[in-house]
Amino acid sequence: MNSRHIISLLMENEAGALSRVAGLFSARAYNIESLTVAPTEDATLSRMTIVTTGSEDIIEQITKQLNKLVDVIKVMDLTEGSHIERELMLVKVKAVGSGREEMKRTADIFRGRIIDVTDSTYTIELTGTGSKLDAFLEAIDPAFIIETVRTGASGIGRGERSLKA
Amino acid sequence: MEATGAEIVVRCLAEEGVEFVFGYPGGAVLNIYDEIFKQDKFKHVLVRHEQAAVHAADAYARATGRVGVALVTSGPGVTNAVTGIATAYMDSVPIVVVTGQVPTPAIGMDAFQEVDTVGITRPCVKHNFLVKDVKDLAATMKKAFIIAATGRPGPVVVDVPKDVTFHTTDFEYPSSVEMRSYNPVVKGHSGQLKRAVQMLLEAQRPMIYTGGGVVLGDAAQQLIEVARLLGFPVTNTLMGLGGYPATDKQNLGMLGMHGTYEANMAMQHCDVLLAVGARFDDRVIGNPEHFAREQRRIVHIDIDPSSISKRVKVDVPIVGDVKTVLADMLGLLKQAKDRPDAAALKAWWTQIELWRAKNCLKYNKQSPIIKPQYVVEKLWEVTKGEAFVTSDVGQHQMWAAQYYKFDQPRRWINSGGLGTMGVGLPYAMGVQLAFPDAQVACITGESSIQMNIQELSTCKQYRIPVKVLTLNNRYMGMVRQWQEFFYGSRYAESYMESLPDFVKLAESYGHVGMRIDKPEDVEAAIKEAFSPALKERMVFMDFQTDQTENVYPMVEGGKGLSEMILAEDL
Repeated sequence: MNSRHIISLLMENEAGALSRVAGLFSARAYNIESLTVAPTEDATLSRMTIVTTGSEDIIEQITKQLNKLVDVIKVMDLTEGSHIERELMLVKVKAVGSGREEMKRTADIFRGRIIDVTDSTYTIELTGTGSKLDAFLEAIDPAFIIETVRTGASGIGRGERSLKA
Repeated sequence: MEATGAEIVVRCLAEEGVEFVFGYPGGAVLNIYDEIFKQDKFKHVLVRHEQAAVHAADAYARATGRVGVALVTSGPGVTNAVTGIATAYMDSVPIVVVTGQVPTPAIGMDAFQEVDTVGITRPCVKHNFLVKDVKDLAATMKKAFIIAATGRPGPVVVDVPKDVTFHTTDFEYPSSVEMRSYNPVVKGHSGQLKRAVQMLLEAQRPMIYTGGGVVLGDAAQQLIEVARLLGFPVTNTLMGLGGYPATDKQNLGMLGMHGTYEANMAMQHCDVLLAVGARFDDRVIGNPEHFAREQRRIVHIDIDPSSISKRVKVDVPIVGDVKTVLADMLGLLKQAKDRPDAAALKAWWTQIELWRAKNCLKYNKQSPIIKPQYVVEKLWEVTKGEAFVTSDVGQHQMWAAQYYKFDQPRRWINSGGLGTMGVGLPYAMGVQLAFPDAQVACITGESSIQMNIQELSTCKQYRIPVKVLTLNNRYMGMVRQWQEFFYGSRYAESYMESLPDFVKLAESYGHVGMRIDKPEDVEAAIKEAFSPALKERMVFMDFQTDQTENVYPMVEGGKGLSEMILAEDL
């Protein structure tokens, strides 16, 4: 049974660290749905969030193999406990005529913010889980979509649950 | 004290107590070579191809337990070294490979002899470094040696751009470096150890299955004590040979694709399995679904958590250094009030002896053509089982593993994981340099030996008196065997035509060459090769062996461990 997992990890913020993780996934034929990485408040550390799917055995191997990388400090499968997941999406849409008002209303319903406006376009910023972002895209007429860009998921444990070096 | 990068590299190697650096110079490492020229702390061994440099360093590490060191230049020096690095990686051998790189401003410019060394080697190293600042060089060298030798050992590459080798900085070699992201586990979990001991004491049909981890982890003594205390049967993987004495009656021999009948049957039918420093790989257990058909409980000790429950689910995982864990286990076993069920154990041994009585390694000793197995048996007799034996890859490797009975660890040096043809001769060089007075034999085939035959020249330069035993059947024997079994005897490209006259070839390098055609001459030839008269000489023995001999038993790929083809079945 394959299921979706969000794996968070802390690693040394060094050149080539990202390629070690990406290389591990491709070399062992594991899936990556999304991968985000940025330095933390401690600039020597990077935090990465990887969304992957696989059976329990595969996920166990993924976390073990990640832990084995010399640069990796800690690994946590966020989906093993309660957690919060967010993704940012920017959508550029056609906004003309009667569709212009309709587009704003739909964005409001999804708590999106219009962050750039021209005579004929809106750029809407949305955050939420991946499925909420999917739902927004389904709610608008695809003919209006000019461009989308998504960050991939970031996640954090709820309450006291935390990933610290 | 101010030092250049090149001086730092050389002084770090000296500080680490390195005895030999195996290498080949080139543009990017000339500054380092200039410093090597000025020092006398370690000896540089000039190979004839970078692949051999890494293999020799790898063998030095396998035989001594110390970190092996190779030095190669950028670009083709690195790409030639990659096969050696991957070979060491697959067998978890601690080596440090220092590679030259183009100067930092030239990186990414497609400069002469530039390759992305860190990128190319990433999938086949334990870790690698590109040193961009001479200030980081000493600490990086220290980290490289620590990472290579600790935890699950493996190769580490340190890539040093040419400008870094002439930049200067204050040098002091650190006695240790802190790495917050790298803390290998040593001690096994005490609760898991107790569960494991309980499980072992409850066993009716126990089995101890040990791998390369016992050899690499120097745990042979602890293994012997645990096995003798329990009275359980033991089997070794190809990489684990010598981890438990082969001539001990509790040893059932090697298991796996070409394992003994008794070892494979006992492995399949045991009810409690103690796996030590082994990884249930495809050549060992065959088809994992077939293996899982029999009910058994498994205790698995390994230093690498990712080796546990990878191909086979286990009941009691114990992560830790095998030597420490086995010593703790021995303590618990000695304290335990319970003893193994003597009646059950007796019945189990009775069954095992029935399997053993099949005598699965028997072969035709009356043959008028030299049987390859006979050559290995005679080598074992002549060297009294005390030689270091290296091999290449193929049929001769399996015969060496089956017929040379290794009673000590670190005596059997071969490429188990990657299966690299061409390792045999450079392996023998690395071992012989480490142990100049030891008997070192390289069992090879006429195909494998040609993959690094240029090293006969290195043997000449350094007077390395290894003894090469070529089991020459004029075929890539293992390929031929598979073609016979599975491809309707269509021997596609597996015949080695146009072989050189190996005797003349050896002689042209100043070595001793022998050609042996008859079984009755085998023993005399080996005795002569190992005689005091030839102690200082490299001897190349070319045995003309039976072309049609196959390796038995054999578990066909995808089949279960107990589904062996035996010689007598044919």
